[in-house]
Amino acid sequence: MIKAEFMYVDGIPVVINGEKNMLQLIRKTGVKLPTFCYHTDLSIYGACRMCMVEDEKGNLYTACSTPPKNGMSIKTNTARLRKYRKNILELLLANHCRDCTTCVNNKACKLQDLAVRFNIDGVRFPNSSEERRVTNSNSCITFDSGKCILCGDCVRTCSEVQNVGAIDFAYRGSKMVISTAFGKPLSESPCVGCGQCAVACPTGAIMPRSDIKRVWDAIADEKVKTVVQVAPAVRVAMGNMEGVKEGANVDGKIFAALRKMGFDEVYDTSFSADITVIEESKEFLERLKEGKNLPIITSCCPGWVQYCEKKHPGLLKNVSTCRSPMQMFASVIKEEREEKGKKLFHVAIMPCTAKKFEAERKEFMKNGIPNVDAVITSEEFTHMLREAGIMLSDLDPEPVDAPYDRKSGAGVIFGVTGGVTEAVLRNVVEEKSRSAVTKISQIGVRGNEGIKEFEVGNDESVVKVAVVSGLMNAEKVLRRVENGEKFDIIEVMACPGGCVSGGGQPFVHAEVRQKRGGGLYEADRLLSIRHSEENPAVKACYDRLLRGREHQLLHVEY
Amino acid sequence: MIFNSREALVEARARFKNAYDHQTRKIIVCGGTGCVAGGSLEIYETLKSLMEKKGINVSVTLEEEPHGEDEVGLKKSGCHGFCEMGPLVRIEPQGWLYTKVKVEDCREILHTTVIDGEYIDRLGYSSQGTLYKKQEEIPFYRQQNRVVLEHCGRIDADSIEEYIAIGGYASLEKALFEMSGDQIIEEVKKSILRGRGGGGFPTGKKWEQVKRAKGDQKYVVCNGDEGDPGAFMDRSIMEGDPHRMLEGMIIAGVAVGATEGYIYVRAEYPLAVKRLQRAIEEAERYGILGDDILGSGKSFRIHIAKGAGAFVCGEGSALTASIEGKRGFPRVKPPRTTEHGLFDSPTVLNNVETFATVSQIIGKGADWYLSIGTAGSPGTKAFALTGNITNTGLIEVPMGTTLRKIIFDIGGGMRGDGEFKAVQIGGPSGACLTKEHLDLPLDFDNLKKIGAMIGSGGLVVMDSHTCMVEVARFFMHFTQNESCGKCVPCREGTKRMLEILERIVSGNGVEGDIELLEELSDTISNTALCGLGKSAPNPVVSTIKYFRDEYVAHIRERRCPAGQCQKLKRLYIDPLLCKGCSACSRKCPVNAISGKIKEPFHIDLEKCIRCGSCISTCKFGAVKEA
Repeated sequence: MIKAEFMYVDGIPVVINGEKNMLQLIRKTGVKLPTFCYHTDLSIYGACRMCMVEDEKGNLYTACSTPPKNGMSIKTNTARLRKYRKNILELLLANHCRDCTTCVNNKACKLQDLAVRFNIDGVRFPNSSEERRVTNSNSCITFDSGKCILCGDCVRTCSEVQNVGAIDFAYRGSKMVISTAFGKPLSESPCVGCGQCAVACPTGAIMPRSDIKRVWDAIADEKVKTVVQVAPAVRVAMGNMEGVKEGANVDGKIFAALRKMGFDEVYDTSFSADITVIEESKEFLERLKEGKNLPIITSCCPGWVQYCEKKHPGLLKNVSTCRSPMQMFASVIKEEREEKGKKLFHVAIMPCTAKKFEAERKEFMKNGIPNVDAVITSEEFTHMLREAGIMLSDLDPEPVDAPYDRKSGAGVIFGVTGGVTEAVLRNVVEEKSRSAVTKISQIGVRGNEGIKEFEVGNDESVVKVAVVSGLMNAEKVLRRVENGEKFDIIEVMACPGGCVSGGGQPFVHAEVRQKRGGGLYEADRLLSIRHSEENPAVKACYDRLLRGREHQLLHVEY
Repeated sequence: MIFNSREALVEARARFKNAYDHQTRKIIVCGGTGCVAGGSLEIYETLKSLMEKKGINVSVTLEEEPHGEDEVGLKKSGCHGFCEMGPLVRIEPQGWLYTKVKVEDCREILHTTVIDGEYIDRLGYSSQGTLYKKQEEIPFYRQQNRVVLEHCGRIDADSIEEYIAIGGYASLEKALFEMSGDQIIEEVKKSILRGRGGGGFPTGKKWEQVKRAKGDQKYVVCNGDEGDPGAFMDRSIMEGDPHRMLEGMIIAGVAVGATEGYIYVRAEYPLAVKRLQRAIEEAERYGILGDDILGSGKSFRIHIAKGAGAFVCGEGSALTASIEGKRGFPRVKPPRTTEHGLFDSPTVLNNVETFATVSQIIGKGADWYLSIGTAGSPGTKAFALTGNITNTGLIEVPMGTTLRKIIFDIGGGMRGDGEFKAVQIGGPSGACLTKEHLDLPLDFDNLKKIGAMIGSGGLVVMDSHTCMVEVARFFMHFTQNESCGKCVPCREGTKRMLEILERIVSGNGVEGDIELLEELSDTISNTALCGLGKSAPNPVVSTIKYFRDEYVAHIRERRCPAGQCQKLKRLYIDPLLCKGCSACSRKCPVNAISGKIKEPFHIDLEKCIRCGSCISTCKFGAVKEA
């Protein structure tokens, strides 16, 4: 028998169970050590110095970077530690703009939270920080240097998780700032708009660009007809609304709320996701038959598309020509929902910041007007709900509007990594039984791993599939493709875990992200239609509009 | 020519030595940065052309075939250390040292000294009425024990042949052919050599950790990023005796099993970079660096990485990050550099002086080394003497030497009329020592006990005219400017400390400022990420400790007791002396002086910027400072 190793945390023995650092061990004991720069999925940075603990001799350690040591005894809350933590917070607050009441991130800010926790009742230093810069050049995110605490979480996320490296520190000491290379506008940097930096940011320094006002204005304008579509991942991300459980699917309540807010027509992006499945399956089978441009790489994710354009232009020919579900729906809506005497304003509620950029792309315009007039993120949507005083939990679920009022389970699971692949596989296999659907779900397409690889097929032909989320993971697989390794289908989602943890979603920890994915799978299981091609509303749409015009309305070349 | 065996090097050494011994008449011009700035290269060139014109058999390199009996060697050496008196020229075989030599003196040196063999009194060093002809007799040198700096100023810094001739690379031979890696480490451990970069970590222990660490590739890195204001001992070694340092690095590589070495040197040290580059090329040319060194089967290469001049890159993990091409940020430890250093591999990281010492320890043995210095800190330490001291320059003394001896015997005492007040040791990371520490033997442990550190060995001597609050402000300005910005306490804390110090020296200090400085010092020194941050408050803490009354005077009385702080100077016109001539009023750049002609004038202190132009203008001495 192996003797258990343990450490004393505030006098209580705690078994060391493979924890990489003291912080993980301490959190097991229910002590919530304060941190700014510690994230389980990022490298150890150790710069905020908030998580320091003290041993019996009075030596101090940063818990985030120190491995647990057998027999060691530490204290997490001594007079000294409290003094140092308060001092550090005071120093950070001194340079901070402290416009909390007018900050979009009010009440979701870690600095604010810790300032309250540590009872900081005054700041003895004047704000003498460098001139405040607010950056608005990017369609997806904004940066406010006056709120930045230089924890570096965004920098590490951008390079370590996303392999983008659009931002880094420039200058040093108290003149240090977060900057793009040579201080160029973010729009000219390698930024792909994924918004993961905003997710990582503990304050309101990096925020998705807000389009709320434009949407309210459109709703208020009687000469404007507002049509909204809601992406699959949004419905499981309302956990920060009162009375809604994390990961619970509240699609019907969302549709009801949108009507209450004043939208004229309410639709579900799952509908067009079904069209995407059909188109992408067709395209895949064709390429497979011709043996051309394989692997086919999915094109739903605009962050990924930009990444491919900027870093792997040679692979663009492999990217599916299918437009994203949002853009497919937008084409259909702009074709069919125009109303005489009214201006059509199409809003998409997305878990994603990169969609704001996608909406502005010239490829998706008709007569110079974008097919999607405004993209708002799930997070912005919750702000609008609060502003309108709508209690999501109190609403009775409602269906979406005809004629796009049916969806399949395949279209719902688009919001989680592996969902697109699973939906396409359902379409391309011959057997359509429930057990076949279950079988597909078990071949390795589900799960939270960043890279999932598996093979499907029979004795005659085997298809090699890779499902990746997070651009660093994508990079690893793409290098293998470039080195000649054979793949047939690669699904890429820029955000780790897929759209459920998109840059536009309210921030949650990794374990909650999994709950969101679970919510989508559950919704899929409960739907009567599981296959995209069986969606009658989709079939009708093909008959009415799409047949023969697929290329014009549903495909694109970047 | 490659020395492919130990014997080949031994034979070559004999030939080089023969040539070296043959060249008895030599003129050695100091080629250290200080003397170069004073014009020593022009002196060298002038002497060369004058001698050639005169038909003197002048030889600028060491060649195996002597040029003849009448040969005169003309050499550029590294720093002699006596920078105050530069440019320096040494005459051999007499051992004379000419000081403050100018280009115009070359003709006289040629005729009087080279041709006639006579001493020029005018160029000699004299102190208190005594003329010291020989370099070794000058008090500045007599009291030193130059071990690491022994060759600086004596040999041609650019000549590997001279280095070999006087026994260079013999320690490497011993390490390669007579000792195992463990034996080398054992010897270094036995010598109790402690890292000269500041921390004083036992070098042998560090090497042992690297040798034991797992890793296919290991590295030896030399820290030549000497960043303390006023410290230049590492530069002098790199410029003056580069091969001794390379030898130490190769020995380290052999000992721990590393085949690659890096020298991280500041780009602001262009001469050091040039000399090191040449030294590496020369060593490669002879097969002392590269593959199969001296036929031993062992390989070692050295690369130069130039630093862009960030003080923080002297910190181990920031230094290795910088070599890797990353931002010079320190990282949290563990893991230590010995396990995860350069390119995440086990790395020996020592400073220049340490490596230069190692070759001596292997050559002469640990017992020899232990006979110098104190029990806990054997050996010598090089110090850079600057400030209000008569002899500024570079010195080397055994560990345990007292400040009194350094300042008053070697340094020649205070310069000017001021009285000794304090000395800042260890630069911006160090602390100040005062009169009460004059007889404290300086070594790692004694200094640690009183909250100071040797650091890299900068000694800034201050007299009674120096304001200690201003000293603290100066160093805080430096660290604040050099903070990398990574951790909060250092980035934000030093900025706030500087703000407070600035307001105190400009007469705007408020009650509670001293306590706030103490509070911030406590937080920063205990929570900062790296050594730079942890030690940043030291100058403030120690000046508050020993000179708290000066802080109080600035804050409560708006007065600078040392009279240094410009903004606290109060100028006034003595009505008894003022003739009402209006000269001062016309000179004042801000129109702060007014009055009626032939009546006493008056200074408006609200407007006055304390520039002092009125003082120098007044012929009657009526403008006074209070």
